[in-house]
Amino acid sequence: MTVFLGLLFRNRLAAIGAVVFSIILVSVLIAPLLPLQDPDATATADRFQRPFTEGHLLGTDHLGRDLLSRLLHGTRLSLGVGVLAAVAAATIGSAVGIVAGYFGGRIDNLIMRGVDMLMAFPYILLALAIVAALGPGLMNALIAVAAVNVPFFARNIRGVTVGLAGREFIDAARLAGMGHARIILTELLPNVLPVIIIAMSTTVGWMILETAGLSFLGLGSQPPQADLGSMLGEARSALISHPHTSIVPGIMIFLIVMSINLLGDGVRDALDPRLRSGALSRPRAMTLVDRKGAVPTATTDLLAIQDLHTQFHVGRRIYRAVGGVSLSVQPGECLGLVGESGSGKSVTALSVMGLVASPPGVIAGGAVRFQGEDLIGARYERLRRMRGDRVAYIFQDPLSTLHPLYRVGTQLAEAIQAHHRLSRTEARTRALALLKDVRIPNPEARIDNYPHEMSGGMRQRIGIAMALANEPDVIIADEPTTALDVTVQAQILALLDDLRRDRGLAIIFITHDFGVVAQLCDRIAVMYAGRIVEQGPTRAVLDAPAHPYTKRLIACVPELGGGQRALAAIPGLPPVVDDLPPGCVFAPRCDKARQGCRDGEITLAGSGPRAVRCLYPEEVI
Amino acid sequence: MSGYILKRLVSAIPVLLGISIIVFLIMSLIPGDPATAILGSYATPENVEKLNRDLGLDQPLVMRYFIWLGNILTGDFGRSYSLNRPVIDEVLERFNATLVLAGTAFVLCSILGILAGVASAARQYGLTDKVITFVVLIGISVPSFFLGMMMILTFAVNLRWLPVSGMYAIYGGGDLPDLLNHLIMPALALAAVATGVIARLSRSAMLEVLRQDFIRTARAKGVSETRVIMGHALRAAMVSIIPVLGIQAGFVLSGAVYIEIVFQWPGVGRMLVDAILTRDLLLVQGGVVFVAACYVLFNIAVDVAQSLLDPRIRT
Repeated sequence: MTVFLGLLFRNRLAAIGAVVFSIILVSVLIAPLLPLQDPDATATADRFQRPFTEGHLLGTDHLGRDLLSRLLHGTRLSLGVGVLAAVAAATIGSAVGIVAGYFGGRIDNLIMRGVDMLMAFPYILLALAIVAALGPGLMNALIAVAAVNVPFFARNIRGVTVGLAGREFIDAARLAGMGHARIILTELLPNVLPVIIIAMSTTVGWMILETAGLSFLGLGSQPPQADLGSMLGEARSALISHPHTSIVPGIMIFLIVMSINLLGDGVRDALDPRLRSGALSRPRAMTLVDRKGAVPTATTDLLAIQDLHTQFHVGRRIYRAVGGVSLSVQPGECLGLVGESGSGKSVTALSVMGLVASPPGVIAGGAVRFQGEDLIGARYERLRRMRGDRVAYIFQDPLSTLHPLYRVGTQLAEAIQAHHRLSRTEARTRALALLKDVRIPNPEARIDNYPHEMSGGMRQRIGIAMALANEPDVIIADEPTTALDVTVQAQILALLDDLRRDRGLAIIFITHDFGVVAQLCDRIAVMYAGRIVEQGPTRAVLDAPAHPYTKRLIACVPELGGGQRALAAIPGLPPVVDDLPPGCVFAPRCDKARQGCRDGEITLAGSGPRAVRCLYPEEVI
Repeated sequence: MSGYILKRLVSAIPVLLGISIIVFLIMSLIPGDPATAILGSYATPENVEKLNRDLGLDQPLVMRYFIWLGNILTGDFGRSYSLNRPVIDEVLERFNATLVLAGTAFVLCSILGILAGVASAARQYGLTDKVITFVVLIGISVPSFFLGMMMILTFAVNLRWLPVSGMYAIYGGGDLPDLLNHLIMPALALAAVATGVIARLSRSAMLEVLRQDFIRTARAKGVSETRVIMGHALRAAMVSIIPVLGIQAGFVLSGAVYIEIVFQWPGVGRMLVDAILTRDLLLVQGGVVFVAACYVLFNIAVDVAQSLLDPRIRT
């Protein structure tokens, strides 16, 4: 509770709301004690006095009554009626909701149908019908407003109750022989009460406004008794000649509603933990770049990642997801990037085209060069032209990576039209050809499918077709086959392999599956905690892994026909990358770690294409 | 598609019946004898008895409901005693005016609200976002009737830009420009709160969608940021915005009652309030049933729009 209040008041606006509301509440509570004039004492000689006149701080109304006194008494009445309506609606609505949720079955069905019917009305029609039947008057307006809000409570509380009614403690109470009434009162009600109170706090402002509205229409409080609504309603006829009589009660309603809104927002934010973590911020069009240190010089590689540092800034913590990675690919080459989940391989890949979600992502150093041109420093428009055109991505899980509301043909055509001036029909023809390229059966019919109408393997082919749309030079495939079953996986891999051989495409293939790597990749790089720990030609690394981590990782792979053997899981978890220890990051999980491993930077060293980041490698390279 | 529309229309029948039952029951709550209520306390007993027989009020409640239901299904909503004309004629005429006002306000709040929400989300934490958030907070906190009064003071009385009230000028008006001139203030005042609610919701829906994987895919394809926001993200966000538009339409319709009073707009809301004050109960009953039925049908249109947008619903 104190944590909650702390959060609530850290929110400056909510605090303002609380202060304003408290001031109003206190002043109306002590109103009878204040030296105010009688709110109903008329003095026609003093009518329409302007504010700040002698004896009338806020002036007087059309009958010469003191506006300040009427305002405070009117506010008192409005708040009282609104709160009373809220309590009545909450009590009746919750009772109905609990009964429906607890008994379920036909009772539930019948009650909820009725609630749906009531909710089918625009609220004021129902309120007007009730007032029409009962006659105008403050009490009847209160009944109408409460009645209109009963369905809201009934529906919410029923939802909560249904969830609770199936739980063990209710069953236990039943088995203990407790009656329905007792179970509801002693077991259910205490658990539902917080929800009722929250629902009430979010609707009380609304009900104050509604009763004021009915009074404004002349259907609520009747003269001489006045709440804020009827004060405003009576003042309306003098709006043009004496606007202050309208403005005074109007501003008061505004202040009440606004302060309750601010408080309500604060409560909601304090209860929603996502807002605190910053998870609700949207990613920008490109990753933020804040490079420190010199930018590495250009190379002749097709695509080169040079000493890349990508970080996530969450609050005051900095997670170094990629801590100085260098990689390169040549045309027609396939590079496998291997590592456990969280090792930084996807972040490395997304950094290439500035696709790391930002906030919180920041590229803090290094360069990514395509044919020598630095992409990290590039302007957005330049980067956009390269995306999908020269460097394309294939993502994991195509159900979430394809837009659910566009037909696949449209999504393919869009990829082409983003980079080429083509008519709709031309783009569609091209999309059809792409579907054939990735061997989608019956492409003429499939082109008009939505993603949810396709199988997983089919969707992944769409993802590949989209990557191929502009005949890029590099494809970055981020675990494209992880979500698929083995036979489909083999087909997709064969497809990618053909494309690379036919079109001279360079592929960076990200995976945690050594089987896939062996099948497809020329070279591999193994990542751990944001760094490359070993790299080299695929066969060399697989046959003689030099880094203890690589060796243990390969040992984790079950071999088909290899008989039963103990799979050697690596104990422990990869480190959290916000506070890495000095020295080898794998040392805490390594059974070969020695004294020197834990101090000082260890470099990625080796001869030719082979390199390893280890002081005591398993194999000499 | 037509199958889906038909299914939704059929499912509306029990709701419409339920509405008629609820209204009928509320109206039968009226204390005392309805005929006396209609004829006034000076009516002779013979007249009361005759009216009771004419209106079928001597029958039991269930029978009376079915008689009444049969009547309204054939378009007979009874006669308004205060206006001395058939209820249905008056309701249709007044509903027309309300439709112009509420319809304009609904279009305004949908467009302005969604645009403000999108702009706010696209510039999250920027100046645009802060300004919009602040204006929205004010907008949803000002009661529409007070806002309307302040607009009259500012734009009609002080600046003299727009007419104070009414739907047409008394002399020489009656054409479309005249109507629009009279429509601007009430439509804006009516749209204000709903605009704020829709803007808030659109902002959070957009923020939610912009974090989805398919947005990253669109960006990875090289689609321009404008298209990513206004196409991919907004389209997906509309799935959660459209149902709220349906709910807000109900609030706009409700708010129209206040706005019609403030701006002397000859709509159905003002008619209902006048009818309540003059105890013209048949007029209230007819007006409420008619408008509620229209609202139910409107919500079916919203559902159909939703299914057009989201192919996953149709199956």
